[in-house]
Amino acid sequence: MTLSLNQKAAILSIVLLAVGLLAWEAAIPAQKTLEEMTEYERLTGGGAQKAGVPPPSQVLGKAWEQLSNPFYDAGPNDKGIGIQIGYSIYRVLTGYALAALVALPLGFLIGMSPVAYKALNPFIQVLRPISPLAWMPLALFIIQDSEASAIFVIFICSIWPMLINTAFGVAGVRSDWVNVARTHELGALKTAFTVILPAAAPTIITGMRISIGIAWLVIVAAEMLVGGTGIGYYVWNEWNNLDLTSVIFSILMIGVVGMLLDSAFGALQRAVAYAE
Amino acid sequence: MSKPFLSVESLTQKFPDGKGGTMTVFEDATFGVEKGEFVCILGHSGCGKSTIMNILAGLAEPTSGVVKMDGFEVSGPSLDRGVVFQNYSLLPWLSALRNVMFGVKARNPGWSRAKVTEHSEKYLAMVGLEGDAIHRKPAQLSGGMRQRVSIARAFANHPKLLLLDEPFGALDALTRGTIQDELLKIWSGTQQTVFMITHDIDEAILLADRILLMTNGPHARVAESVEITIPRPRNRTEIVEHPNYYAIRNHLVQFLGRRSKELSGRPSNGEAQTPETVRIDMTESAPTGGGGEENPRLRAVTN
Repeated sequence: MTLSLNQKAAILSIVLLAVGLLAWEAAIPAQKTLEEMTEYERLTGGGAQKAGVPPPSQVLGKAWEQLSNPFYDAGPNDKGIGIQIGYSIYRVLTGYALAALVALPLGFLIGMSPVAYKALNPFIQVLRPISPLAWMPLALFIIQDSEASAIFVIFICSIWPMLINTAFGVAGVRSDWVNVARTHELGALKTAFTVILPAAAPTIITGMRISIGIAWLVIVAAEMLVGGTGIGYYVWNEWNNLDLTSVIFSILMIGVVGMLLDSAFGALQRAVAYAE
Repeated sequence: MSKPFLSVESLTQKFPDGKGGTMTVFEDATFGVEKGEFVCILGHSGCGKSTIMNILAGLAEPTSGVVKMDGFEVSGPSLDRGVVFQNYSLLPWLSALRNVMFGVKARNPGWSRAKVTEHSEKYLAMVGLEGDAIHRKPAQLSGGMRQRVSIARAFANHPKLLLLDEPFGALDALTRGTIQDELLKIWSGTQQTVFMITHDIDEAILLADRILLMTNGPHARVAESVEITIPRPRNRTEIVEHPNYYAIRNHLVQFLGRRSKELSGRPSNGEAQTPETVRIDMTESAPTGGGGEENPRLRAVTN
């Protein structure tokens, strides 16, 4: 029997997962039960549960429990994982959409005009390397609202890769293609939409893909700071509850959602890609 | 004498030479192209052929001088002047058909989609592209097929003047031959006015009514206008047997090999530089025209 490359890779993935989980399970020292303890151990409090890294079986159990009822809401400190992730995605998409509304037209302008490029470049270069979380205190003070501040932080971290890639993509459109538009008497707007946009689209989408990745990284940290709701808050809250099972579970969920966001943009990227 | 359909008057192009001065590529170039005429321009690289082409297309501005077409001065690009670029310049994200439709839609904004598609398919078929191939993206087409698409896009728009910038430069000799035949076929059907840049002497003789010869730059000029006195329809295997073929070919080779250098680098002093008309016809009893001192040498070569 011959297997395709993908089948071989899938089998290897499953084997690696199984081996990893078994090793993890085996590495957790078993807690002694009360019967196994000497009287002295019991008297000195040895019977109390020791906090430890939970084994994968426990995490899987938690995942089953959470995912079978993801949207329950039992008060501010006890909401289902679906609700928490929903809050985070809402914040990311809102901040991200606002960033796209600013970055794409501005990037187009910068890409089309060498003057605008030179004039705005120093600002971009200074603002770009700032950690988005560094904006948090200023945002909280000016906006006076933790929810909006988190969205602002997403906005500010998503904007740079989109802006730079849009400008770069637009500036790099081959002059031959622009000449095709010119010899066909296309107006400026028509040229922008029928020639420059499709020509620059792969670069623009790459920037958007980088941005969504960064935004998802940043939202966790931002929610740890602002609190209340969201997957980042959930991780921090479970840490405070010393519920490491939930912490590990939510870490996995962060990874899964991040992967889904990235593959959505990956699909978009393939849709606009072209070979020269 | 009435003005030709396309008239280039005292065209001058100067570029900064990077040392604070200017470099004159060509100056006071003056020539005309008649309606329905197929004119090729031959010259060494750097003599400004492509610059002349870009000015005619309206993609570049000359330093001075004017180009008039049908009595109107050319300024900026226009659908009346279709261009086929050397590197095909197809939009790579559109299929072959969509590339042609792109041009047809720009030319005829009022047309229905079905009409645009039908018109585009008709012109693609004229250059031998039919069926599955027209739905492929340029990257999935060979160089020859891409250039066919580009030619179809230009012809489908019925421009008053068709500009071809070394359209076959990047193709292998066999493909080039086939597409030259297709170009001849489509041109004889439409009687377009064509202005074409080429490096290839045989190609120019096969296609053109008249060949403009440019001297080397700087201070290049269109020195001669050679009439191709071989009757149409022409065929690549038959024209070589025509008595005029080698006479004309030798004249062109002599020009490019020697006289393009000898004649170069002479400032025009503000005078219009019109090309000298050369007519070589071995089928007439005595060669006529302005070939002048060239003719004895030519006879020595050909007889």
